[in-house]
Order: sequence, then C-alpha cells, then structure tokens
Amino acid sequence: RSCPANEAFIPPKFCDNRIVSSKYTVWNFLPKNLFEQFRRIANFYFLIIFLVQVIVDTPTSPVTSGLPLFFVITVTAIKQGYEDWLRHKADNEVNKYPVTVLEDGRRIRKESEKIKVGDVVEVEENETFPCDLILLQSSRDDDTCFVTTASLDGESNHKTHYTVPDTEKDLESLNATIECEQPQPDLYKFVGRMHIYKNNQEPAVRSLGPENLLLKGATLKNTQKICGVAVYTGMETKMALNYQGKSQKRSAVEKSINAFLLVYLCILVSKALVCTTLKYVWQSKPGQDEPWYNEKTQREKDTNLYLKMFTDFLSFMVLFNFIIPVSMYVTVEMQKFLGSFFITWDKDFFDPEIQEGALVNTSDLNEELGQVEYVFTDKTGTLTQNNMEFIECCIDGFQYKYRDASSELDGFCVTDGPVYLDKWEELFLRALCLCHTVQVKEPTEGFIASSPDEVALVKGAMRYGFTFLGLESKTMKILNRNNDVEMYELLHVLNFDPVRRRMSVIVRAISGDTLLFCKGADSSIFPRVRQEEVERIRMHVERNATEGYRTLCVAYKYLSAEEYAQADAGLREARLALQDREQKLMAVYNQVETGMSLIGATAVEDRLQEEAAETMEALQGAGMKVWVLTGDKMETAKSTCYACRLFQRNTELLELTVRTLEDGGRRREERLHELLLEYHKKAVQDAPPVKAGVTRSWSLTNQDYGFIIDGATLSMVLNSSTESNSSRYKNLFLQICQNCTAVLCCRMAPLQKAQIVKMVKNSKGCPITLSIGDGANDVSMILEAHVGIGIKGKEGRQAVRNSDYAIPKLKHLKKLLLAHGHLYYVRIAHLVQYFFYKNLCFILPQFLYQFFCGYSQQPLYDAAYLTMYNICFTSMPILAYSLLEQHICMEVLLDNATLYREIAKNAMLRWGPFLYWTLLGVFHGLLFFFGVRYLFSNPALQDNGQVFGNWSYGTIVFTVLVFTVTLKLALDTRHWTWINHFVIWGSLAFYVFFSFFWGGIIWPFLRQQRLYFVFANMLSSVSAWLVIILLILLSLLPEILLVVFRKPRGPHSRQIAAVTPLSYKHLKERQ
Amino acid sequence: MMASSYNAKEEDGHPSGASGHGGPGVVKSKKPDNTAFKQQRLPAWQPILTAGTVLPAFFVIGLIFIPIGIGLYVTSNNIKEFEIDYTGVNMDSPCYTCAKNFSWNNTTPCTCSVDFTLKQPFESNVFMYYGLSNFYQNHRRYVKSRDDSQLNGGRSLTDPSKECEPYRKNDELPIAPCGAIANSLFNDTLELFHIDSNGSRNAIPLVKKGIAWWTDKHVKFRNPGGNSNLTQAFLGTTKPVNWRKPVYELDPSDPENNGFINEDFIVWMRTAALPTFRKLYRIIQKKSSTTPTLPSGKYTLDIIYNYPVLSFDGRKRMILSTISWMGGKNPFLGIAYITVGSICFFLGVVLLIIHHKYDTRNNSADIPN
Repeated sequence: RSCPANEAFIPPKFCDNRIVSSKYTVWNFLPKNLFEQFRRIANFYFLIIFLVQVIVDTPTSPVTSGLPLFFVITVTAIKQGYEDWLRHKADNEVNKYPVTVLEDGRRIRKESEKIKVGDVVEVEENETFPCDLILLQSSRDDDTCFVTTASLDGESNHKTHYTVPDTEKDLESLNATIECEQPQPDLYKFVGRMHIYKNNQEPAVRSLGPENLLLKGATLKNTQKICGVAVYTGMETKMALNYQGKSQKRSAVEKSINAFLLVYLCILVSKALVCTTLKYVWQSKPGQDEPWYNEKTQREKDTNLYLKMFTDFLSFMVLFNFIIPVSMYVTVEMQKFLGSFFITWDKDFFDPEIQEGALVNTSDLNEELGQVEYVFTDKTGTLTQNNMEFIECCIDGFQYKYRDASSELDGFCVTDGPVYLDKWEELFLRALCLCHTVQVKEPTEGFIASSPDEVALVKGAMRYGFTFLGLESKTMKILNRNNDVEMYELLHVLNFDPVRRRMSVIVRAISGDTLLFCKGADSSIFPRVRQEEVERIRMHVERNATEGYRTLCVAYKYLSAEEYAQADAGLREARLALQDREQKLMAVYNQVETGMSLIGATAVEDRLQEEAAETMEALQGAGMKVWVLTGDKMETAKSTCYACRLFQRNTELLELTVRTLEDGGRRREERLHELLLEYHKKAVQDAPPVKAGVTRSWSLTNQDYGFIIDGATLSMVLNSSTESNSSRYKNLFLQICQNCTAVLCCRMAPLQKAQIVKMVKNSKGCPITLSIGDGANDVSMILEAHVGIGIKGKEGRQAVRNSDYAIPKLKHLKKLLLAHGHLYYVRIAHLVQYFFYKNLCFILPQFLYQFFCGYSQQPLYDAAYLTMYNICFTSMPILAYSLLEQHICMEVLLDNATLYREIAKNAMLRWGPFLYWTLLGVFHGLLFFFGVRYLFSNPALQDNGQVFGNWSYGTIVFTVLVFTVTLKLALDTRHWTWINHFVIWGSLAFYVFFSFFWGGIIWPFLRQQRLYFVFANMLSSVSAWLVIILLILLSLLPEILLVVFRKPRGPHSRQIAAVTPLSYKHLKERQ
Repeated sequence: MMASSYNAKEEDGHPSGASGHGGPGVVKSKKPDNTAFKQQRLPAWQPILTAGTVLPAFFVIGLIFIPIGIGLYVTSNNIKEFEIDYTGVNMDSPCYTCAKNFSWNNTTPCTCSVDFTLKQPFESNVFMYYGLSNFYQNHRRYVKSRDDSQLNGGRSLTDPSKECEPYRKNDELPIAPCGAIANSLFNDTLELFHIDSNGSRNAIPLVKKGIAWWTDKHVKFRNPGGNSNLTQAFLGTTKPVNWRKPVYELDPSDPENNGFINEDFIVWMRTAALPTFRKLYRIIQKKSSTTPTLPSGKYTLDIIYNYPVLSFDGRKRMILSTISWMGGKNPFLGIAYITVGSICFFLGVVLLIIHHKYDTRNNSADIPN
C-alpha cells in the first residue's frame, strides 16, 4: 500500500474520509429495519401467524395477533430509528467538520469528509485529527507534538509524537511516497516507510512507526499546529476499525427462554396435529361432517382435501398460537430496561470522590449478575487502589526508608547504611530521575505518565532531593541536591513492554559519558546484571514483595563509544525495518541490556481498595471462584491475595511457575508434566466428589487449595509442543483450577487474560464468567467474559467504555452481585416461568374445547379476551413483580453470601422447575375446563330456568383463569409494596370493569355481539359464582400445600427441582 | 440495551469525561435521588406463608365448604326432574313412524304422542325444556353463521353478512333471518296433557314468555321498523330454506313475540356450549299454593314432529324440571364442594400432626440449618 504525499496522483482505491456508523438511510430504513427485526425468530413466527390469519379462514381475526405484533415492531423500529438518527447526527458533525488542507501551497478549507489519502492536513491546537495522519511538521521546535488519546483508549496523559525525521520544513517542495501496511485495528502498531525524493538524488528512506502516526479521534495538545499527510481515511482509520461492532452478549436466561420456546412450539405443533387428525377421523363418520343444519359453503366443498387438511392445521396453529406470547418479549425487554435503572439509581454505588454512581451500558445482562461462577479480577487498580506511594528503596544492599518526618530537611534517612555510599545513592536517584517516560505538566507542578509507578518513583526521587525538571528537545534536566541543574542528552528510550518487563534509557551526560539506565522487574533484571550483586538485593526485593509492595530493580551500565555506536546503529536499523520490526527491536534491546550493574531496588506501595478483603470473602462465600489475573510479579500478587483473604493461612498453595519448574533441574516440560499430574492428584482425585449446592460449612472441613501460575508457564500449558499434550495439559490445568478456591495468574499479558477467560468460559458446564478491571489491559478480558465490569479507576476510561456495567469501586461489586444480581435473576426467572405457565393454562382449555365442538377450531374465548389477556389483564402484575420483588430483603442477601448459591447454575430455569410450572399450567388448565364442563352438564344455571350458551362457558373459564393466574402471582409475591397492591387488585378490577363494559354495549363495529350481557348474566347466577370460587381455591391449593410440605423436609428440599419463590422464605426464617 | 459503541460526543474531540451512553446511563455525576422507590426501599408488606398461618386457612375452608356442599347437594336432590326421549329410534316408540318417514317436502305435519307417568308431584313452577344430543351448535361454521346486525333490526336486513353463507340468499332474495343457526330453528311443537283419573285429557297451560334473556329480547333482538306490520317490514326478504313459514308468522297472535323477538327464536339463537344441551321451551306456572303444579299421575306429550335428528344420529328429549336458587338439577357442585371441603379438612389434620411432630423433634434435636 502506498500513498503519495503532495502528488497529484491519487489512486482511486482508497475510500473517502466519510465515517458511516449509521445503519440506515431514509430510503432503506423501512425495509432494512423490518428485515432485521423479522430475522428474530419470535418476530418471524408472529409474522407467519399473522399472514396465516390473513390468508386462511381462521377462527380468530388477524387483529388479535396483528395488533400486538404491530405494536412491538413499531416500538422497536422507533427506538432503533432514533438511535440511528443520533448516529447520523454524530456522523454529520464529524463529516462536515471544516478542516484546512494544503493544496499546491494554498490553504483550503474543506469539509472533513472530502479529505483524500495523500492530502496534507493542517491541525491546530485542541482540534481533533480528522483522519490518521503521518506527522510531517510541527510548530514546536523539537519536532514533536503532544496528543491526548482520551477518546480512543481512555489514556488522558499527553503522548509525544515525532515528525518524520529529516523532512524539509518547506512542505511545498516535499516530494515523497509513503508505504504502509494495510489498515489494521491495533492502535499501537503501525509500520511504514517514507521515500523522500529529492532532485537528482537517491530517494531517502525513513521509517515510520506509531510515534509518527496521529490517530483520528485524538486531540492535539500543547502544540500550536501541525501538518500531516493523510494515510488512512474514513472507515479505514484505526478508530473506525476499532469501533466496529462490539459483539452482543446474550444472557443464559435468554438461552433458557429459547429452549422453553422450542418445547412450547413442539406442544403447539403436536396439539394442532392431534386436532387435525382427530378432526378428519371424526368427520369420516357419516352425518358428522355436514349435517343438514350446518352445510358447507360452495367454496369449502370445492377445496381440495389435502389443501383443506393443511389449512385446518394452520387454523389450529393460529387458534393455539397464544401459547407463545408475543408480549413476553416486550415484558422481558421492559423489565430489563426499567430494571437497570435501579442499578444506576442505587445510592450505595455512588462514590463521593468521583461524584459518580454506577453506569449500565447494557441492560441485557442484569440477571447474569446473579449467575456468576467465576470472577476474574485484575489486581492493580481493582483489588488495589493504584495509588502508588514510594515506600522505601534499597541501594547496594542497604535499606533506606522514607519517613514522613519534617525534622529532616531532605527527608532522606539512612537507617543502616554508612555514609560513604553517597556516590551510589546519587547514581541511584539519578537513575530514578532519568529512566522513565514521565512528562512535567506545565501549568501546575505535577507529573503525567502512563504508569503511576513512574510518577511515584520520580516523586520519590524528588523527596530525596533530585527533581526532574522536564524534557526539552531531547535534553533531560535534573535539579540535584545542591540545587544545580544537571543536563543529560536523551539518546534512546528502550520502551517498556510487558514481555521484557523493563525499560531503559540511554543518556549522555555533560561529561560525555554515555550511560544506560535500566529499571524493571527483578526477574528480568537479575539475569542481566553481575550475579555477585544480586544476592544482597534479592533479599530485600523478596521481603518487600511479600509485604505487598511493587518492586523494581534499577541497573546501569557505562557504554563505551564503540558500544554505543553499535547499539545506536542496531536500534536505528531495527526501527526502520518494515517487517518483524518488533522482533528485531527486541533482539537489539536484549543485546544492549546486558552486563549491567545493579544499583538498587525500589518498593512502591499500592494500597488495597476499600473493603477489598470483605468483598472477596463475600464472593467466595457466594460460591464464586475468584481468579486474580495480573501482570504483576508473583510475590506481590501473592501478598495481595493474602491481604484480600483470597488465600487463607491454611490454604495449601499449588505453584506452577517458572521457579518451581526450574527447581528440579530437569527439562521444564518434564517437570511441568510431573507437577501437573501431582497437583491433579492432590486437588482433584483425592478430593471427594463435589456435589451441587455445597454449603460453606461443607467446604471448610476440607483442605482449601490455592493455585498459582505465571504467564510463561501458562503459555507452556496452553501451547505445548505436541498437540495431544496440549489438550491434556489444558484439561488437567482446568480441573486443578476448578477445585481450587482461588487461582492466581501472574505475569499475564492482556491477551493471556482473555485466553484464560475464554478457556474457562468454554470449559465443561459453560460456567458464567465475570471479569472486572479498570485498565486498558483488562479490556480484552472484559469483552471476553459473559459479564464485563469496569471500574471507574485511574487508568482511563477504556475499561468502563467496553464494560457492561461500570462501578466506581471494587466494594460495590458485592452489592451488584449478591443483591442486585440475585434479585434480578429471581425476578426474570419467575417472569419467564410465569409467562409460559399462564399461557399454557390459557390455551389448554381452548385445546380441550376442540374435543367438544367437533374439532371445528371454535374459540372458547371471545376475541377481545384473547387479545387482551396478555396485554392488559395479566401483564402488569408480573411486570411489577419482576421489577419490585425482593423475596429476601437486600440486607439479608448482603449478609448471607451463601444465599447466592441457591440460584447458582440457573437453578430456577432448569428443566426441573420448568416441568413443575408446566405441570402446574396443565393442572390448572384441566381444572378450569372440566370444572366448568361438569357445571354445564345442565346449562340451566339461572334461578329463572334460563340457560347459558357457549360464550357464557368461555367467560366463566376465562374469569377463573384471570383470577387464578393473578392470585397465583400474588401468592408468590413476598414483597408487597403499594405498587404491587395497586397493580394486582387493579388488574382484577379492570378485568371486571372491562367485561361489564364490553358486554354492556352493542358495539356497532362488531359483526357479532357475542358477549352482550354475558358477563352480567353470569354474575347473576349463584352456581357460576360458586364454581368460580371453587376452581380458584382448588387451583391454588397445591401451591399453599407445597409451602407447608416443604418446610418439614428442611434445607434439602431446596435442592430438589421444584424451586418456587415460596421456598425462599425458609431461608429468611432461619436468619 | 443501547450499547451503541460509537459515541458521538467523543468523536468530535470533546471528551465528555463521563462517557455515558443513552438510556440507563443518563444519571451521571449526580448523586442518585434518595427516594424509597429508587433505592428499592418502598415500605412493603412481606407475608410469610407458614404452616402456622396456612393450617387455620385449611380448617376454615373445610368448615365453610362442607356445609355449602351439603346445602348444594340437598338442594340439587330436591329438584324434581323428569326426562323423556321422544326421538323414535326404536320400533316400539310412538314417534317411530314420524322419524322414519320424515321428509322436508311433507306438507302435512306428522304428529305423535308419548305417554308417561310422574311418580312425584312437581310443586313449584315447572320448566319445560327440549334437549338435543349430538347436535353441534358449537361448531365454528355454525356459531358464526348469523348476522347480529340483521337481528337487531339493522340495515343489513336485505344484505346479510357473508358469514351467513350458504344460508345468505335463496333465489336471489336475502334470507331473514340468515345463517345456519336461524335456519335450523327447533320447530317441534310440544303440548302437555294431564290424564285425569277418569281418563280425560286436560291441556296444561304453557307460558311461552320469559324464557329468553331479558336483554336479548329487549335490546339485542329487534324487528326492523318496529313491531307493527311485520309483513311490510320483511318485504323483499325470504324465509330460511328449512322453515315452513316466514319469520313474521312465528307467533301471529302476539306482536310482542313475533318476528325476530320471538322468544323461541331468541333462545335458539343462543348457541349451546356442548353438543348435548337443553333449551328452555315453556314455563308451567304454579296456579295455587294448595295444589301442585304438576300432580303425580299420567300425562301425554303431544308432538308435532318437524325436526329431523336421525340423519346425524341425534336424540330429542323433553325435560320437566323445577328450579332452585342454584338453577337446574346438577349434583356436581354439591359433590365438588363436599369433596374439596373434606380434603381441606383432612389435609389440615394431617398437616397439623406432621407439623406438631416436626416441631417437637426439631426443638429437641436442635438441628442446625
């Protein structure tokens, strides 16, 4: 891929700079939106039913199913249309944004969308880059510019970007081409090459890296203006590539719904099949099909027999289609949407520090919060505060502790070190001042860096008298103890990366000495320094690490002129490489950073988050397995785990790290194999089989295991040399982990975190996973897990933006899961089961009636009742229930984490409870129908001898039905607020009122006045009253019985499939 | 729900800090309101169903239901009911010939009379029903085959609804009343005679009013153009194909019972729920408090046999019944109430025992849960 700079020739293959994030246009909105909506299986099903009703002569009018469908489709379309309109507006704002483009030496104002690849764009301070640009010219003297990428990756610090070296100041005469890689979404990777053509000279080649690339969406800071050439435009910019489609997460409840739906679909089809078959069997008897009083129309007589069979089948489908309720989807959506407000409204999630509460990015996963089995948490910033404080340092084996004592003016106290070490001290502090990428924030005294450790170190050095004054055109200035300014020329920065786990700078002092300072994790520094120095420091480092401090080792080395020249050449060459640049750079880095001498080590404290330990304990008590995934070193992470009480004193630690692998002195692979088997034996085979629903007391009697693994070992486990071993190791590893109470994975790269989450997610039983993190490095695991939680921490907002829920502090996780998650799960599970139940006992009498009406598809209920049942009569109580129910109050839920185990593994939506609800529905349906059937064996039910007809029959059944399902819900309601009262009694009153009203008037638009005074006449009959009361009571009797029967059976009964909310009250009683 | 991953605000370079998306995230950088509703702390009644609260309910239900059931059962048993099948299936039944020789074209009505004996006197008002079996009045094609706006005296008198097919028009003339229900109006005439001890037949007066719902008779069914001069009002329409006379001659003697508001017709138009059903035919009013309405003895039922049912294997019955506050004779309700009441009572006792046992055991052993 090549793009010309300042050349007239523009290849047509590049797209323009228009960002299109909207899905629809005015023209294609209707068809496209409808198409999208009907791709949803439920909508499609209702559409089919509606079409059948329109085409075939069916028992119910198309309105009964068309109206609700129309309503659902319209509401969704309006919502999506509005969202898309917002996107259009946003797109337009971006696309029409005026930018300055240099063309033939003139400055032209253009709309942003007209920028083409190769255009030279001028951007001023605080403006956003309109596309991905290669920085050619900056108004700053040092050929740099500062940008902030807060809107891209959430990092609010200023990043330095560099102009392409050696481009001429006069852009007009610049003639160059740029070769760069195909667009790719990684924000931090860019490889390119610029050929600069000068008159009659060999074209000069300059390498381009991410430091030359200004990304669309980033903002120019602290720089007056820059010029850059567009390389990626429009949908090819890294920002656009990054934000395409965050895959939608679906909750386990939704999967359950779909499974139940399938069952009901089968019931529906089999009902229709049974009826169709019986109809033709029945009709084959002489005189039944067409008695003299009921002749067929000419059209019916003419229709082909098989076609008629088919249309009969469809008619039955239509008649029974209410068994799959369109309104359930609306109610579930509403419940989720409205329910999520309670999370944002919760004042317990409000953090006064950042003045923010919880944030809900998706409401689809509310109930998933109650199903979490594995919690993956980041350490830094999540378990700990990411509020670094320099605690102590160790220079050449002597410990220096910073005391916050004002008595000593320099604040530097030597505890056990002799004074002659001054030279080392100063070297150490200089190293701290030089070896970093910290910037001095200009307006106020302060530092900005991507890593808070660095700030802590620079601040620590400042306290000891060495102040870093800033970096100006590659010169670092340091104010030393004697208030002299020392100048160092910054020659190279060997950037930090998580694989090397160290960074270095090469500086040249005024004296002309070339120095390399390196700081990094002990494991990466120790092998690169002289071994005799190590021992003295190692002790301190390890002690600090066990105390939970973050330790870094500092080393230095003098570079001779030759060495430097060699290193310089190597670095330049590697940076120019177009392919495998990373590997080449890495090789050079490794080559340079050898043979250093160790100066000392630092210890930085990272305090635990408030109530971190309590939260973790509660999560473990709730049966969740907590895994800590961190990039930190093992000792630090381990001490954090101890501090968080993830590991207890009696926890037996199973370690699988590079250190344990190297213990035996044998090949790592063999040792790995051995250890895996050993741990497996210990943790899996010797442990008694784990049953579902383990109680806390049960697990206490057994040995707890904690498992520790590091990144290097993990990659060995996952990417073993042989294919067969790999899957076997993976299995062993998983089994060990699943039997451990806590797992610590340290030294993880971000991608490895996601890998682990994915591995657990796809393991046997598909456990629900939750990831919580605060930094950009947690995004991958937040996106991978079922539920991603972002902490509004210090490391930018990227985690928050990619999360499903964001909370200000870790401690809020407890309430989010134990209280909100639990309640939402119970609510939605009950909602789903109840919906299926109430529609089953709604349609079953209709089905049974077919046996008494010659399988003629005669509906039992009036069309108004058929339509209104799910929309008006029974929808509001369940919605109110599913928003307000607290079968156990929040305080109890928070105090008793074990309650969370009650609903683990989708307990209320498994086949057991589903069967229970289905049987209940069948029982009620049978009762309603046959109760009224036997009453109607003598239809003279009024005291004046007059008789009731078929519509009275249906109305009695329907009245019993509405009252029973509403009262059933009332029985299940454990938390009666005034809203519940209002809605439950209100719906019943509304039903009675509506029935009177509907039957009280001759409706001119109705073809048949079927219900005229049917309801009023029904109420005038004592027998009807008696049968209604009898049937309602009889239906609810088993419910009440269950309550009483369940109690004596004690806690075991709760593990039995039939979990109804009623059973929870025992728990409550016991507390 | 609204996880639009492409945020407008941040694109144009004004990082809005709190990157709230639409929807649920609108409450930001503001302390949530501390209202009971938003904090899910609405005052709530939290009923707990325990054995203690449920047990008395069982006993109460039992104690209420059993007496009601007994009352219902006794009431139902006290209702006198007499039923006689006059279809004429068997050779020896009096209506056999009428049933056998039935044809739609017969001009002379076939009559037959059935003798029966009432063993017990019927004291209060007696209601006379006709019953049909295996007659699917609830068949969908049948149920919808009517035009209520025509029956309400509406304008569709001469243009009946399509639902009435194939009983909508006859010889290009609209049928009034149209549809299969009206067409198959039950048109047997039943007359009841008491046979004196000396053998003479005394006709028992049968009242044909008050057999239909009041609202049906007065609101739902209406003759076109008022009740006067029905012949004129029904001009341009024709009688249903199976009828012997047009609708305005259903009861020429009483203009308040003629045409669409004929009560026999209205009763028939209320379609029955089940294929075996009864419909109110006549009422035999009690004359004096001293003599029973129908004293025990011999009776004769005279039938003008117009209604064929054998073609679809149907049956016709005549039912005489007294009525109580609960309607006609139906032991189901009484039995059901007694059963449910007894079950409740029984369960109550069983539960009480279990509960008592469990509680004592629990207290002594003090099982930690």
